[in-house]
Amino acid sequence: MSAVLDLDTTTNAPPPASRARRVMPGFGLTLGYSVAWLSLIVLIPLAGVFIKTSELGFDGLLRVWTDARVLAALQLSFGTAFVAGAFNALAGTLVAWVLVRYEFPGRRMIDGLIDLPFALPTAVAGIALTALYAGNGWVGQWLTPLGIKVAYAPLGIIVALVFVGLPFVVRTLQPVLAEARVELEEAAATLGATRLQTLRKVLLPTLYPAMLTGFALAFARGVGEYGSVIFIAGNLPRVTEIAPLLIVIKLEEFDYAGATAVAAAMLLLSFVLLFAINLLQAFAARRAGRVR
Amino acid sequence: MNNLIRRIALAALALASFSAVAKDIELLNVSYDPTREFYREVNTAFAAQWQRDHGDAVRVQTSHGGSGKQARAVIDGLGADVVTLALAFDIDAIVDKAKLLPPDWQKRLPHNSAPYTSTIVLLVRKGNPKGIKDWGDLVKPGVSVITPNPKTSGGARWNHLAAYAYALKNNGGDVAQAKAFLAALYRNVPVLDTGARGATTTFAQRGIGDVLLAWENEAFLAQQELGPDQFEIIVPSLSILAEPPVALVDRNVDRRGTRKVAEAYLAFLYSPEGQRLAAKHYYRPREPQHAAAADVARFPTLELVTIDGAFGSWAKAQAEHFADGGIFDQIYAPR
Repeated sequence: MSAVLDLDTTTNAPPPASRARRVMPGFGLTLGYSVAWLSLIVLIPLAGVFIKTSELGFDGLLRVWTDARVLAALQLSFGTAFVAGAFNALAGTLVAWVLVRYEFPGRRMIDGLIDLPFALPTAVAGIALTALYAGNGWVGQWLTPLGIKVAYAPLGIIVALVFVGLPFVVRTLQPVLAEARVELEEAAATLGATRLQTLRKVLLPTLYPAMLTGFALAFARGVGEYGSVIFIAGNLPRVTEIAPLLIVIKLEEFDYAGATAVAAAMLLLSFVLLFAINLLQAFAARRAGRVR
Repeated sequence: MNNLIRRIALAALALASFSAVAKDIELLNVSYDPTREFYREVNTAFAAQWQRDHGDAVRVQTSHGGSGKQARAVIDGLGADVVTLALAFDIDAIVDKAKLLPPDWQKRLPHNSAPYTSTIVLLVRKGNPKGIKDWGDLVKPGVSVITPNPKTSGGARWNHLAAYAYALKNNGGDVAQAKAFLAALYRNVPVLDTGARGATTTFAQRGIGDVLLAWENEAFLAQQELGPDQFEIIVPSLSILAEPPVALVDRNVDRRGTRKVAEAYLAFLYSPEGQRLAAKHYYRPREPQHAAAADVARFPTLELVTIDGAFGSWAKAQAEHFADGGIFDQIYAPR
């Protein structure tokens, strides 16, 4: 996110006077609010996960975390979310590019459509996608003879996650693309750069941080996605059973501690991955700054 | 301005009259997945009867979902006055985890607290293209079977146990072979939905699978809703007597002061009218003499094993088959 903000400040920087006066009024109060609010909404529930997990003890925790079924579910959830996030980072950038750089009839309409996956209840998306990609669906009936199985296979999970993740990338990229100055590309062209060089050396460096942010958002959403996936996944243990479903199954077995242990594993993995992405992004942003 | 004041006054009046209505009795029945149609009609009929006999208006709300999930909701504080779940184990769980009702709850009402029963049948596509006649046909290569996940679905547990009971009987009680039979059966399952309704949808709407293991009432309903020209019900040689139990949640009704009406609601299920409605919605009534003869005639007779007879008790069946590391988990364990 910071990359986006950085770019904003380069163009909409506040007048120096206000920056020099460092003591903005209300800092203590607003910080207090923010921390209290964050604790109430985010930190306390998350702490609850770890407290409940601690009931298991170290051995119990290790047993849950090394269970073949749990490992398979975690691998599936993170793997499909990664693939879907990466796909969205590319496809979403392209969509954002078209929407920002070209004027064409129906542009606003398409722009509005992008938000649909945000607004649509994910269960609806899941049911619709399943109907489409099942063996007798509009799309599925053409894929099945080719030996491509989408619904009730890991590929179906990726399709659902691409659907729910797309707006994250597009909405992150749009403002950055709008800010990326066309003059720079023109200057590159006048200095004899080929189109590919302009893309690689001028345009992409400014986009990388935002693409990474979009990827991280889509990825994080995909890891936790439940509603749309359970309809299309097939839910076979160790094949198409996602980690959130395994948590629900453990709850249904009244195994609360086991469920929170899986949740804790997801939390830790997500945190580590998002932290790594943030580092990568900071690195990319620094590089982008140097290039410019 | 005047207009505004009038509006506010009207709104206040509406609110006041609303709270007067809210003083009338409200009941919450927490039930399982395929009982929607049945309880919708029961609730209306019971409310009419109560109003006639006592003059108070009763509004019965029903909540539906996978049986285990519903039990967990009650344990976690959903204020159910009565629970009408898919299997006794889920009500036992409410006793164990939240102590909302006494452990001997199942003895408080006649017939193991199950006013109606059902069983598990096989639903196949019209013309029965795979020639499925009995449980034994389900493990043949090339037959695709749809059943929900027994970890999350009460109906799926009955399916699982019915298949196991059949295998035990056909192998002279050999447990290892019965387990192998179940493993072969689950190898033919391409999708494990989380609930019975989901499995029906997968089979009927998505066109997945050759046979659906289903509640008898769900199979009848699917046939009726989606057209008898599409599906056939195959009655296996042996199945299980499914007893979906009902119970009063003592702590909740005492807290809310609804014990009398909740008791009457459960008694209504055993009344001639309740029995008639059960048969109408494809549940086997305990006292068929009260049901319409045509409704009762729809139920085929078949050999039914009981949970207590074949498995000892629900607690034992649960521990052996569906608990963490149980037979179901062993089937899906890495080989």
